Amino acid sequence: MTDDTLLKVRNLTLDIPVGGGTLRAVRGIDFDLKRGETLSIVGESGSGKSLTSLAVMGLLGKGIKRSADEMTFEGTDLLRASKRKMRALRGDRMAMIFQEPMTSLNPAYTIGDQLIEALLLHRSVGRETARARAVELLEKVGITAAESRLGQYPHQLSGGLRQRVVIAMALMCEPDLVIADEPTTALDVTIQAQILRLLVDLTREMNMAMILITHDLGVVARVADKVAVMYAGELVETGPAASVFEAPSHPYTRGLLRCIPQPGKTERGAPLGTIPGIVPSLIGEVSGCAFRTRCPHAVPGCRAAIPMRGDDVHGYRCVHPDGAISAEREIA
Amino acid sequence: MTEAVLELDRVRKTYTVKQGLFGKRKPLTAVNDVSLSLGKGEVLGLVGESGCGKSTLAKLLLGLEHPTSGQVLVEGESMDALDRRALASRLQPIFQDPYSSLNPRKSIYDIVSLPLRVHSIGDARSQEKAVKEILDVVGLPQRVMNTYPSQMSGGQRQRVAIARALVMKPEIVICDEPTSALDVSVQSQILNLLGELRREFGLTYLFISHDLAVVEHLATRVAVMYLGRIVEEAPVAELFEAPKHPYTKALLSSVLTPEPGLGVPETSLGTAYPNPIDPPSGCAFHPRCPMATEHCKAVAPRPLATADGRVECHLHDPESPIYAKAAA
Ligand SMILES: Nc1ncnc2c1ncn2[C@@H]1O[C@H](COP(=O)(O)OP(=O)(O)OP(=O)(O)O)[C@@H](O)[C@H]1O
Ligand SMILES: Nc1ncnc2c1ncn2[C@@H]1O[C@H](COP(=O)(O)OP(=O)(O)OP(=O)(O)O)[C@@H](O)[C@H]1O
Ligand SMILES: [Mg+2]
Ligand SMILES: [Mg+2]
Repeated sequence: MTDDTLLKVRNLTLDIPVGGGTLRAVRGIDFDLKRGETLSIVGESGSGKSLTSLAVMGLLGKGIKRSADEMTFEGTDLLRASKRKMRALRGDRMAMIFQEPMTSLNPAYTIGDQLIEALLLHRSVGRETARARAVELLEKVGITAAESRLGQYPHQLSGGLRQRVVIAMALMCEPDLVIADEPTTALDVTIQAQILRLLVDLTREMNMAMILITHDLGVVARVADKVAVMYAGELVETGPAASVFEAPSHPYTRGLLRCIPQPGKTERGAPLGTIPGIVPSLIGEVSGCAFRTRCPHAVPGCRAAIPMRGDDVHGYRCVHPDGAISAEREIA
Repeated sequence: MTEAVLELDRVRKTYTVKQGLFGKRKPLTAVNDVSLSLGKGEVLGLVGESGCGKSTLAKLLLGLEHPTSGQVLVEGESMDALDRRALASRLQPIFQDPYSSLNPRKSIYDIVSLPLRVHSIGDARSQEKAVKEILDVVGLPQRVMNTYPSQMSGGQRQRVAIARALVMKPEIVICDEPTSALDVSVQSQILNLLGELRREFGLTYLFISHDLAVVEHLATRVAVMYLGRIVEEAPVAELFEAPKHPYTKALLSSVLTPEPGLGVPETSLGTAYPNPIDPPSGCAFHPRCPMATEHCKAVAPRPLATADGRVECHLHDPESPIYAKAAA
């Protein structure tokens, strides 16, 4: 491992006590992130993407039990960091962008006040300096007439503009890591492209690492350096984006890619691939591969602990040494 | 084009909205003199950004909203002349959210049979038979009849919503973002089902979606809407391969296909979202259009017929001063 590793997570496990027992929401996931790198966590609703990011930020709700073998950020042990230390890190070294911009904006304060406050909370600079920084960042995120926007309230802006303000706010202290949880899901496609482009440009310019959470495979392919595919609380495949899309190795990853119509590849009107069945309950003891109930290649061995296969760069967790790709080729 | 089963004839829908707590009441035109026709057996995809009027157009077609002016024609007859039962047996909706569109206190049997009971179609026995048949068609086991929506997955609930729409044996189904709330693995099942039903029963669809890849996959024709107007309409292959309107071009260039290495495309659109209460002069798209000229600011473009569709843009109007620029 090189020393430009920014974030290292090993065997992260999240348990949630619920009515009928314990919900094993996230089960033993590993990932690393280097400075300047973008990791995309992709998976269907309920797979544990948001919880994973909240666990890193130290923002899990009360009652959720977090454990891990290791979780370090810039040399800080996040497992043992005090609440105060976490508050100091958040908004300064690591920042979060949520799907709904109003999660991060206070309707009662002006854009300017909120941006300035984001800096003053962590830096001992004068108000004028903070104000200048706010204008600079609003311009950076492509908001015109930035000076005059400072006095506006969130409700006076469109959804796309609000999300730009949230991005500007997240970047006020030049964090090393920004976690964006479905940042463009609520926006129109044209605005989505603009916001994603902005995030890509800014991460490059500021050598910032990003964790981008999404369920949209198109977004992943276009934005991520690395991909982590989650299914029912587990990381089933991880690797460089190019490699995962060109050689998807876990049956679930391949299944997902077949479900979406791909212009130019999928024949118009032809039936799309499907993944029959539903996600299993994760309450109580969960063992083996959670995807086995929906996998066309399931065998009795899927109930046992599954090894990670592949290499250091591109790995997948499947009982079949080749992720059952040869079996699919035979059928085809 | 095939015979029209559903038409909008210069339909306008204007709402009155209040700006602020003590603001003046102002008109908001959600659908602006739109003419549109759905041919038998076709799937008309309707795309456009949030707030452009897609759902309002769908409600007008369903008779859930009344046009401020113009009329809706069902198989050539004015919709006003049809009673609710006749309408319900021709036209049914499927909405976006399978969570909120099903009454949580009613069993699946009650939900699916409701249209039959409301319109007193058949007796209890024939209604039960119809429900069983339709559950079979949408791929739900008969045992779900006595369960409740909360016990079902999102995909199953959307199947229930489809069953409820189809139990009346409609010819036309108006789908407003039918898969937007669903995961892709569930979405593909529902899209396949809609495709099968169309082939089997010769259904006609209006299909509203913000997912252009899905529209390209399912639609036979596509209409592009901007601020209450249809700005372009064409057969699906033509629209996706040779878009004419600058807005259509921008929309298509924003689609992120799952191809790594291509990066995020740069769209030439400005972010100046139009205010529907105070729409821009001339062509409503001009403030965001990379090709806009003074002429576009001043004069509203007229609809122009193309080989098999239409476009509303000065660049394509032989009589406009900027006609020649279209080639560029
Ligand atoms: N506070 C909580 N209490 C109980 N269960 C929770 C809580 N937070 C999350 N969960 C459950 O944990 C699982 C993972 O949730 P998470 O929000 O991480 O999913 P996600 O992958 O982000 O999904 P989505 O794509 O829908 O946002 C889900 O089954 C969810 O219902
Ligand atoms: N009942 C209503 N009263 C007042 N204004 C309305 C009403 N319904 C819709 N509008 C306005 O009409 C315009 C068109 O709304 P509509 O819901 O048809 O848009 P849409 O294209 O379906 O958007 P989305 O993609 O977000 O669903 C919007 O400006 C909306 O605010
Ligand atoms: Mg989430
Ligand atoms: Mg709508």
